[in-house]
Amino acid sequence: MAGTAVLGRLNWRVADVVEVRPETSRTKTIAFDVPDWPGHQAGQHVDVRLTAEDGYQAERSYSIASASDASTLELTVERLDDGEVSPYLTEELRPGDAIELRGPVGGYFVWDSSAAGNVFLVAGGSGVVPLMAMARQRNAEGSGIPTRLLYSARALEDVIYRDELAQLTQEDGFDVVYTLTRAQPSGWQGYDRRVDRDLLAEVAPAPPELAVSFVCGPTPFVEAVAGALVELGHEPMRIKTERFGPTGG
Amino acid sequence: MGALMLDGNAAAGVLQEIFAVEMTTAVGTCDSCGAAGEVGRVQLYRGAGLILRCPSCEAVLMKIVTSGTRAWVDLRGLRTLQLNA
Amino acid sequence: MPPIISRGFTGRRRDAPPDRVPPGQYVTDDFPVLSAGPTPHTPLDQWDFTITGEVDALHRWSWEELRALPSESVTVDIHCVTKWSKLDTAWEGVSVDTLLEGIETSAEYAVAFCDGGYTTNLPLEDLTGGKAWIAFAFDDEPLEPEHGGPARLLVPHLYFWKSAKWVRGLRLAANNEPGFWESNGYHLYGDPWQEQRYWGD
Repeated sequence: MAGTAVLGRLNWRVADVVEVRPETSRTKTIAFDVPDWPGHQAGQHVDVRLTAEDGYQAERSYSIASASDASTLELTVERLDDGEVSPYLTEELRPGDAIELRGPVGGYFVWDSSAAGNVFLVAGGSGVVPLMAMARQRNAEGSGIPTRLLYSARALEDVIYRDELAQLTQEDGFDVVYTLTRAQPSGWQGYDRRVDRDLLAEVAPAPPELAVSFVCGPTPFVEAVAGALVELGHEPMRIKTERFGPTGG
Repeated sequence: MGALMLDGNAAAGVLQEIFAVEMTTAVGTCDSCGAAGEVGRVQLYRGAGLILRCPSCEAVLMKIVTSGTRAWVDLRGLRTLQLNA
Repeated sequence: MPPIISRGFTGRRRDAPPDRVPPGQYVTDDFPVLSAGPTPHTPLDQWDFTITGEVDALHRWSWEELRALPSESVTVDIHCVTKWSKLDTAWEGVSVDTLLEGIETSAEYAVAFCDGGYTTNLPLEDLTGGKAWIAFAFDDEPLEPEHGGPARLLVPHLYFWKSAKWVRGLRLAANNEPGFWESNGYHLYGDPWQEQRYWGD
């Protein structure tokens, strides 16, 4: 079927690997050239399908890391030691290789450029990926929406996009709060524990000022954070979540 | 275990492939308890097929089985589905 | 358009003798957890197993009563309709033959029902003659809740969706009533060796 309607049946498309670059010791960003890519909204994801020579297939979902105006489509993948797909994507895949993907999908968990109020992004580990797409999108639009990213990572070395996030905080209205849960560099003055209700009370905007909150990461993280935000008086309908499952990929 | 559960957003690809429209922003009403909410925020389980459950009462909203050439969708758990233009 | 092959992708699979692997299946060493819903946690003092339906009287076993019955250790291959197979899995359970002993019925079918509402249907013939168990241990350990504990149905000669987790009983019936998955696309019988995955296969 030639072309696709804007609202059409999804098809699997071929994506060619253009670049694979490390972000942290466990994560890599893969840039793809996708012919006829229809564009996407920050926060959406793609389903990735890999087929082995004997026909065996595996499918996984990955959040799009790039903003919608970027020239290549980027995914940032964390290597899970007992994973089936992530070790392939992060260790085997090289420029010139091809995978299949379906998307972009997911209109529910997307950056809202018309948000009236503060936006609160909460990332658990690799859950930062779709939120980074949102931060990049916000930056590309020159949006002034007050946005805070609360990023929970095990250690500083596990923080993805650290330099770029530092650059983005130079822009008006965007800031990042880290909590490093397992190891902190000497002299660390920031949070050093898992995100809990007290931490959120200090970091999240007050309920009347919050337009929307996006929470993404492993399911237990998302459940804990969303639950705590509700306890702090935030409206459940303003809390959007994306659960990555127990491990995420 | 709660860790197995994803949200409806994770089924976005399958849903759009079947229904040909963006489904995660559609608002479903649970036929069991009447709670309404976006499909993107319902509970998603992966069994032999996909099961979407009401976040309020955990009743089954939707079951989806795909075979590659066919798809079966049980929507009995949804009283109604509001699709946005 | 046939799917494109991704160079170098193999997935995490094991080789196995072809006569042990039904068509379209791949062997794994993992034990994937698939679930239609949240894991139930019925306390053992509230747990029971019942045989009901086309029977003279309801038959019921408490947990202690079930565990007091003779049990068997079996090693079987299991095949999930989502394409993974696991060979030589070790279980302990009470044979369904033991539970049906002395129960008179004209029923030819059964529906297994479970905590959480899951159901699956089978011919009674496929539950008897040493083909099915109420399994309470896996790999010498009590069956974990995420794998169906305290007890699940084990019917290894059919696709594993028939081995209902968190089983609480069998309802014997004159008709083959489609269960949770059989009413929505999955095959009524489900023989992996004939690749009976979906309706009409």
